[in-house]
Amino acid sequence: MDLANDLTKGLWRENAVFRLLLGLCPTLAVTTSAENGLGMGLATTFVLLCSNIVVSLLRKVIPAKVRIPAFIVIIASFVTVVQLTMEAYLYDLHKALGIFIPLIVANCLILGRAEAFASKRSLVPSVVDGVGMGVGFTLALFVLGAVREVFGAGTIFGISLFGAAYQPLLLMILPPGAFISLGRLLAGMNRLDDWRQ
Amino acid sequence: MKDILRLALVLTLIASAAGLVLSAVEKVTREPIAEQRRLEMLRAIEAVLPDFNNEPDTDTVELKVGTDRKGEDVMRRFFRGRLGDALTGVAFKVVAPDGYSGDIEIMVGVRPDGTVNAIEILNHAETPGLGDKIEEGWFKNQFSDKTLRNVDWRVKKDGGDFDQIAGATISPRAVVEAVHRGLEFFNKHRRTIVSGGGE
Repeated sequence: MDLANDLTKGLWRENAVFRLLLGLCPTLAVTTSAENGLGMGLATTFVLLCSNIVVSLLRKVIPAKVRIPAFIVIIASFVTVVQLTMEAYLYDLHKALGIFIPLIVANCLILGRAEAFASKRSLVPSVVDGVGMGVGFTLALFVLGAVREVFGAGTIFGISLFGAAYQPLLLMILPPGAFISLGRLLAGMNRLDDWRQ
Repeated sequence: MKDILRLALVLTLIASAAGLVLSAVEKVTREPIAEQRRLEMLRAIEAVLPDFNNEPDTDTVELKVGTDRKGEDVMRRFFRGRLGDALTGVAFKVVAPDGYSGDIEIMVGVRPDGTVNAIEILNHAETPGLGDKIEEGWFKNQFSDKTLRNVDWRVKKDGGDFDQIAGATISPRAVVEAVHRGLEFFNKHRRTIVSGGGE
């Protein structure tokens, strides 16, 4: 029961983007298309899962005084692994995400989970927490990317939706579109929660 | 004192382990990454050159195009495509430093007589949906068959012959200027580039 709770809390109730508003820099910057959002979400999930595992395993070894530098070294290493692997085997995605991959290091979602969860819990809950939070983050980025791509370019995963007559709402692809879409989605989610109560 | 030693020891161990893992990953991915970059370069060369059947990335000439701020030479490599023994075209990379955001890297293919065959955008960080239309075919195709003399190397907004993009003049202007400068350099050094010894 507890584990199920750890898994699902990241999807909705404590969703990193929509509820905790963590990791907004990559969220706003890379979600110009559904594919970019999905790629960034999966890369972040991988790093989050790995760092949760290692931090949880080492939680009794790492002294409290130096835990933050220790966490950062662990996270940064996994980010570099992701970056090199992506450039070697998923070159196109690497080019599309570019600068934002190294920025995963500074994603406060990952450090936040290491600090608040993995450093206090055993391995299994930490893995479950990493997966749940990561999937929630990926979903959020995917939804945001899809909304912006549909309105801003008239496509989804590069496939045209409305035919050539559609005039794309360019603003949605530009930075203001990220804020507008996120605000709308947050409002919608709050509305839904109010209505369910 | 003892406490500090322990902190230092733990951090050192973690950093060493991280270093070990990273060097292993770097070793495994080094070759695929180099290969990916080479393939990308080759794809671009292929896209801008007329027919060829040699390996242009091994048939090159390198010339100095200027010096950077530190006074070091900036070199440009010219890739030569041949069909049998006959030179069919030369490809080279130019950089537009004055785009809307960051450098725009462009591969230019020129026939031996100094006519542009085609261009290809390699890298850019222009605005999605606006400036990034420089990647679209209709924009790139404008450069085909252009020489220094048969066209006014400015965008239409500045009185030239090249179509700009609605809502984004800066990116096309930067591309046109960069290709123009590259073409001028090519024409000035054409003899060396066309007949110079390879390495």
